[in-house]
Amino acid sequence: MARVIVVTSGKGGVGKTTSSASVSTGLALRGFKTAVIDFDVGLRNLDLIMGCERRVVYDLINVVNGEANLHQALIKDKHCENLFVLPASQTRDKDALTEEGVEKVLKELTHMGFEYVVCDSPAGIERGAVMALTFADEAIIVTNPEVSSVRDSDRILGILQSKSRRAIEGREPVREHLLVTRYSPKRVEDGEMLSYKDVQELLRIPLIGVIPESDDVLQASNQGLPAIHLKDSDVATAYLDVVARFLDEDRPLRFVNYEKPGLLKRLFGGK
Amino acid sequence: MSLLSYFQEFFSTKQKTAAVAKERLSLIIAHERSSNRAPDFLPALQQELIQVISKYVNVGADDIKVQLEKQDNCEILEVNITLPEQPR
Repeated sequence: MARVIVVTSGKGGVGKTTSSASVSTGLALRGFKTAVIDFDVGLRNLDLIMGCERRVVYDLINVVNGEANLHQALIKDKHCENLFVLPASQTRDKDALTEEGVEKVLKELTHMGFEYVVCDSPAGIERGAVMALTFADEAIIVTNPEVSSVRDSDRILGILQSKSRRAIEGREPVREHLLVTRYSPKRVEDGEMLSYKDVQELLRIPLIGVIPESDDVLQASNQGLPAIHLKDSDVATAYLDVVARFLDEDRPLRFVNYEKPGLLKRLFGGK
Repeated sequence: MSLLSYFQEFFSTKQKTAAVAKERLSLIIAHERSSNRAPDFLPALQQELIQVISKYVNVGADDIKVQLEKQDNCEILEVNITLPEQPR
């Protein structure tokens, strides 16, 4: 089977889709044949973030219902050779997503030679979110250093540990990775924001990376370009590190310490 | 920031908000873990235990507490039954 990675968080707006787009792109850049699936039926957005919204013809529900085959529904990414996007349906209701249907899609992707399937989960703990994590082998828990996000992440971890196939069948548990996003080292230093260590201590799962808060993320989504493509930006570098760590490479954490701006920077400004 | 307020902040013992957040979260998460991650059968088990035990001893619903605790790889099912004082 292709390795299934769910990107989830419980809370909305913490960076799931941004992270799904960048992690799947990163895996494809490393040469793995990768598919990224939007599970947010009714509120699809991955297509916009990936910049393929005008090429959507068929979607996940069409494939589940047998109205289209995967070859017709998968959209080839324009920036990356090995990457394909499977958009969510914009019109149908969430009940259209069934466990059997999702399993069928994942099996077919495996037959097509996909090595990784990234599932972009919707927010919440309803059907769509549960479907996205049901077949997961790995889970990236996207968390902001903020009380409601941390609590919701803990909740989704509980669901992962009780409702995933691996949990139900008593197999080796889903490998969990904590991804802290929208991190501001300055605010942490000032005692205004939970540190990544605090978050990790609370959630008790291994850390896969810290993505700094950055204006670049908006710039990237404006253009429909996954943030990992923004050459030399902190965000792209951080996501490249995340992908490397996911592939078991050792990378020290970056962008977690606050450096006081030098005199010149303070005088002349600049980012 | 005026010099005075700078000194006030420097010497204040007020806790930073991040520390407050961490403390609140550790409490609520511990609480929710123990209640949310309990298996579905616990309430039913508690009900049946009450029925069985009340056949022999006069106990109420509040006298039986069923709890599942996880320690590393093993789970401990703890059943606490408070028996009424026997009139002698």
